[in-house]
Amino acid sequence: MNSVTLASIIREFKLERVLPCGNPEETRIGIADLTRPGLQLAGYFDHFGPDRIQVIGNMETAYLERLTSRERRTRIDALFATGIPCLILTRNHAVFPEMEAVARKYDIPVLRTTAPTSEFMASLGKYLNVELAPRTSLHGVLVEVYGEGILILGESGVGKSETALEIVKRGHRLIADDLVEVRRVSDTTLLGQAPEIIRHLIEIRGIGILDVKELYGVSSVKIQENINFVINLEIWDESKSYDRVGLTEEHTDILGIDVPSLTIPVRPGRNLAVIVEVAAINFRQKQMGYNAAKALTERVFGVKS
Amino acid sequence: MLTKTVVFRCDESLQMKVVAVLIQKASVFRSSVWLSRGERRANAKSLLGVMSLGIENQAELQVTADGEDESEAIEAVTSYLAHPES
Repeated sequence: MNSVTLASIIREFKLERVLPCGNPEETRIGIADLTRPGLQLAGYFDHFGPDRIQVIGNMETAYLERLTSRERRTRIDALFATGIPCLILTRNHAVFPEMEAVARKYDIPVLRTTAPTSEFMASLGKYLNVELAPRTSLHGVLVEVYGEGILILGESGVGKSETALEIVKRGHRLIADDLVEVRRVSDTTLLGQAPEIIRHLIEIRGIGILDVKELYGVSSVKIQENINFVINLEIWDESKSYDRVGLTEEHTDILGIDVPSLTIPVRPGRNLAVIVEVAAINFRQKQMGYNAAKALTERVFGVKS
Repeated sequence: MLTKTVVFRCDESLQMKVVAVLIQKASVFRSSVWLSRGERRANAKSLLGVMSLGIENQAELQVTADGEDESEAIEAVTSYLAHPES
């Protein structure tokens, strides 16, 4: 299962380590849910998930302030005793002396941010969702054409990189060549990027490795992009029939999400970049509600298909 | 589909060349050949993919081959990775 270290969360959100207990490099968070432990501080622990990050804001602080020092110590102790990974105070709230004692007792870090609670929880939740998303690496090319993220898949030597280069020359952007790291960031969204070590490099047989960012500038590349559409390139197979009309809808499964896809046969002399470009525009048009193949059917047969 | 684990042994000054030769060796076969290291996986026929694994001397790699000539492919790739000099 994917996980993220507490240390990287501290760096990402510039959290203040008020009570630097534990070892954040070793503490791993494997769940994107966050808890505001209001009920737990009141003593109710049914269905409590002790593996979640705990966030304390105005409400919890005000509640704790109302208690006697002894009660406060007992309640905070009960929360920390469950083995939570850390506790985060928002709005720069002060640490109760009882909390300090308990944090040291269980060696659990207490962190602090100046941000308001809801806002902080929303951004931390989003960050965790992306970091903990299921992931895979695919052999292909990811480009952005007219705002659509297009993943080009196909056997080695079919011409993916050459197509990508031509697409960049036409003013679109390259995200990854050869190896695309894909993350499923929500039930409908796939996010693709290149491994940092080979980011924005492209390999063209006969020339070698090219740095697209250095050659064509920053406007020709992008760090990451959603995958809206998949194009499968394959060597033209005479025995296979290819879609001539465009009424059938093909999908490719990536990490459990069905992404609309096309299979394009490759033959010498076919300008693949133009085909990818027009596929992108056509895809957008379909999403906006116009389908040329359906319109033709209507015109010829006079019925709505 | 066949899978085999191999430890990469190679002099550091030669790494780039070894990877280039590895790609050529893998590309000869019709089968698809994959290298994986940890949770990263790359097509052994793609130079940038293999480079992105960041393989260094003594790295443990898993080789997977799938296709009609998979046994020849896996044999060629694993024996080359284990002894690139010979």
